[in-house]
Amino acid sequence: MTSYLLRDVRPYGEAAVDVRLVDGRIAEIGTGLGDGDGRVLDGAGAVLLPGLVDLHTHLREPGREDAETVETGTLAAALGGFTAVHAMANTDPVADTAGVVEQVWRLGREAGHCDVAPVGAVTVGLGGEQMAELGTMADSAARVRVFSDDGHCVSDASLMRRALEYVKAFDGVIAQHAQEPRLTVGAQMNEGVTSSMLGLTGWPAVAEEAIIARDCLLAAHVDSRLHVCHVSTAGSVELLRWAKGKGWNVTAEVTPHHLLLTDDLARSYDPVFKVNPPLRSQTDVDALREGLADGTIDCVATDHAPHALEDKEAEWGAALPGMTGLETALGIVALTMVETGRLTWRQVAERMSSTPARIGRLDDGPQPQGRPIAVGEPANLCLVDPASTWTVDPRATASRSRNTPFAGRELPARVVATFLRGRPTVLDGKPA
Amino acid sequence: MPDALAEAGVRPVSGDPDAARAVLSAADVGRVVDRMAHEVLEKTRGAGDVVLLGIPTRGTSLARRLAGRVEAFAGIAVPTGSLDITLYRDDLRLKSPRALEATDVPSDGIDGKLVVLVDDVLFSGRTVRAALDALADLGRPRAVQLAVLVDRGHRELPIRADYVGKNIPTSLRETVHVLLTEHDGRDAVLLGPAAPGRDGGSAS
Amino acid sequence: MRRHLLSAADLSLEDATLVLDTAEELAQVSERTVKKLPTLRGRTVVNLFFEDSTRTRTSFELAAKRLSADVINFSAKGSSVSKGETLKDTALTLEAMGSDAVVIRHSWSGAPANLARWIRGSVVNAGDGTHEHPTQALLDAFTMRKRLGRIEGLAVTIVGDVLHSRVARSNVLLLSTLGADVTLVAPPTLLPVGVETWPASVSYDLDAVLPKSDVVMMLRVQRERMGPSGEKATAYFPSSREYSRRYGLDVRRALALADDAIVMHPGPMVRGMEIAPEVADGVRSTIVEQVANGVSVRMAVLYLLLGGAAPAIGAPDVGFDLAPPAPLTPPAQGRATPA
Repeated sequence: MTSYLLRDVRPYGEAAVDVRLVDGRIAEIGTGLGDGDGRVLDGAGAVLLPGLVDLHTHLREPGREDAETVETGTLAAALGGFTAVHAMANTDPVADTAGVVEQVWRLGREAGHCDVAPVGAVTVGLGGEQMAELGTMADSAARVRVFSDDGHCVSDASLMRRALEYVKAFDGVIAQHAQEPRLTVGAQMNEGVTSSMLGLTGWPAVAEEAIIARDCLLAAHVDSRLHVCHVSTAGSVELLRWAKGKGWNVTAEVTPHHLLLTDDLARSYDPVFKVNPPLRSQTDVDALREGLADGTIDCVATDHAPHALEDKEAEWGAALPGMTGLETALGIVALTMVETGRLTWRQVAERMSSTPARIGRLDDGPQPQGRPIAVGEPANLCLVDPASTWTVDPRATASRSRNTPFAGRELPARVVATFLRGRPTVLDGKPA
Repeated sequence: MPDALAEAGVRPVSGDPDAARAVLSAADVGRVVDRMAHEVLEKTRGAGDVVLLGIPTRGTSLARRLAGRVEAFAGIAVPTGSLDITLYRDDLRLKSPRALEATDVPSDGIDGKLVVLVDDVLFSGRTVRAALDALADLGRPRAVQLAVLVDRGHRELPIRADYVGKNIPTSLRETVHVLLTEHDGRDAVLLGPAAPGRDGGSAS
Repeated sequence: MRRHLLSAADLSLEDATLVLDTAEELAQVSERTVKKLPTLRGRTVVNLFFEDSTRTRTSFELAAKRLSADVINFSAKGSSVSKGETLKDTALTLEAMGSDAVVIRHSWSGAPANLARWIRGSVVNAGDGTHEHPTQALLDAFTMRKRLGRIEGLAVTIVGDVLHSRVARSNVLLLSTLGADVTLVAPPTLLPVGVETWPASVSYDLDAVLPKSDVVMMLRVQRERMGPSGEKATAYFPSSREYSRRYGLDVRRALALADDAIVMHPGPMVRGMEIAPEVADGVRSTIVEQVANGVSVRMAVLYLLLGGAAPAIGAPDVGFDLAPPAPLTPPAQGRATPA
């Protein structure tokens, strides 16, 4: 029998209590609990959150193990307070068959740092032409519920409609990378004042918004679930607010980097700031924060996109888009949303744990994620010291890649410990 | 800042002019230039093929004054011009690149002519060395001579002047200020202590 | 410390004036029998051209040679660059060769800025993608000043594919620094989103602007802009006929110009498209002068960057950075403050 006593911790940042974990579950919550026979951790008033759940992670395995592996990516996730991540489908080979998704799922179990829920590709080879075997992936051991061609948009309206309809049979969801391809040929960064000066081809906000508007209408029409990946513009937030107002089944995520960074950073031409969708304007950043605060945007997802050095140490146009984010996500959310008074820790728990788990349908089944901190629930937890600041050092990451745009920034909310079903994956801020 | 002057350790009025004492008055400067003009006429046998090339900025003005006096004394119009030597300096790497002064060679050129280089102060000789290199790239004079208002000594190269307005023995800790009406509102040559932080003797 | 010339925005009014004044003096060298100065003896200048441009490369080469620098031409074609060597590898090679300056032409915007982080010497942008071409702007300004005696207050009209033109970007920046009034004329499809924030006016009507112009600069219009490989749907304008009818400088339009107005073109021209041959070869045209002035201006730039202990013009050092990316300044709490 393994047991831990977390002394003087504040669930959801509220009243301080002691929490006892026994055999993978939360056994007891109260004040002045006896030490018992397990290990005792002094929380010193740290915030206790349910283990974070990421709807959008690129683990790069199989195919680009030089950039990330399931092992390194999930360890980075655990260090960031995550107990489950959704692994995106754009691997090589593409996760468009039961074989590939089961392989990724199994690698996750073997690594043991956090649960890995594979995302299945919507179309064969992400080609945007032929629907992949979504049902087979849903029925596989990986129990896929989220389907996405992320990196590519399912731009064909008819195909998108069919996919939305088809996944209803197994309560799946299509997670759309909203990017109208014809409006973004050769696009390099947000289209605006900065792109005009830098001579980099623009990625206009309308290319995202047009797809979101279309997809909301399609989802409503076929009465299915739509999830919008990495919303990046103020206009998208408005469209989502409208769709939600209609009562349609639409959810959306925002990345930490879109909550903080703007396209001004491209002025350095440092491709560490190249990402898709691109960094936008301050107006967009403000609207995204507002949307996340009022629930228009349901959750935060990292879009952790590790890249090998040679793919980032290049000219802007030749570099690959993407940023790592698992280890910095909670710090950025604390910085932009909690310290500014936009979210309470309880709301952070919703937006980074229970809601993403529900969207991905991980909140149910034999090993549920995103459950509340309550007696009898699985002990998926993360302990955060909100006052402890740390400086982002790209060389000190568990990820195999170093492409963090936050290098040198001081962030609040250090993750002290992470528990996956009662077993620590992180202790003292280090891999357990 | 005129480079030729800087090189000669000369700072126009900057430095500390109050501490400087006059070595030549305005009237002295006029007399000296008159004498130099006579010497040029005499030594060049009438200045028939002479071209006066001043080294900017005060050298250029002096060249013009000499030409004016020669014309007054002998009725001969001597072509004058200016020769910027910045790009030929041997100390370019020691400072930030400097703005260039005008190079203005008379339209007939210098080939086969007797070029008299004119500068205000002769010090290390490095400016004149650079001027000789610059001249060689512009053409092939019959001969080159050198005229300076002040020779303060301390040569670092085997160079001497053909016409010297005044020899002023100096210490390396002193600075020579040449003032000309065209630039400074009055004519004078002052001798003073080196500007603070600057060793007047360090031929740059 | 200043080190590079990456953008026309790197030049203050004093810097730009210094370059033009220096070029003025250096122009004389081109008229002498001995067209050479010893100024950069022992310095090495690398021409790193990832894109073909005989005109610009030759101009830089001649400029460097007239100042007695050693010149290495490193062209992407036929070198290891075409075999997949990265820009960084190339930079390290040049670094090992001890180059004092790298003149770079690259098809990606920002490549000179990237290079500047990997080498210790000066980087001169000789045209990067659709970003900038600062020495072209300097030679254009030099040409205007020579022909018209001033730049401040001149009405300069830049016509054509502003969206894709590095020449336009650099000219707008430099000319506004120098006090000219710039007007951009193009079909709306060839103007970038955000152009309204540039220090320039915008018009769609060439005929309305021409009579008020002291300088008309025609930009090259690439035929690809009518749609790559026949893809008509991505065309920026319907046909070359329609383009030249609305935005070409033909003989009739040239008659509307003021008496002393000049016509410029950065070359290479598409005769008959953006400019009529009669106008290109006419007395107003400065096209040939521009080429000659290019050498003087590039000599000035090289002299002012390399001629002394430290550059006298240019952009602040972005830091030499071979391993991890430079840290950003931490943001003020709770506010997004992009560095």
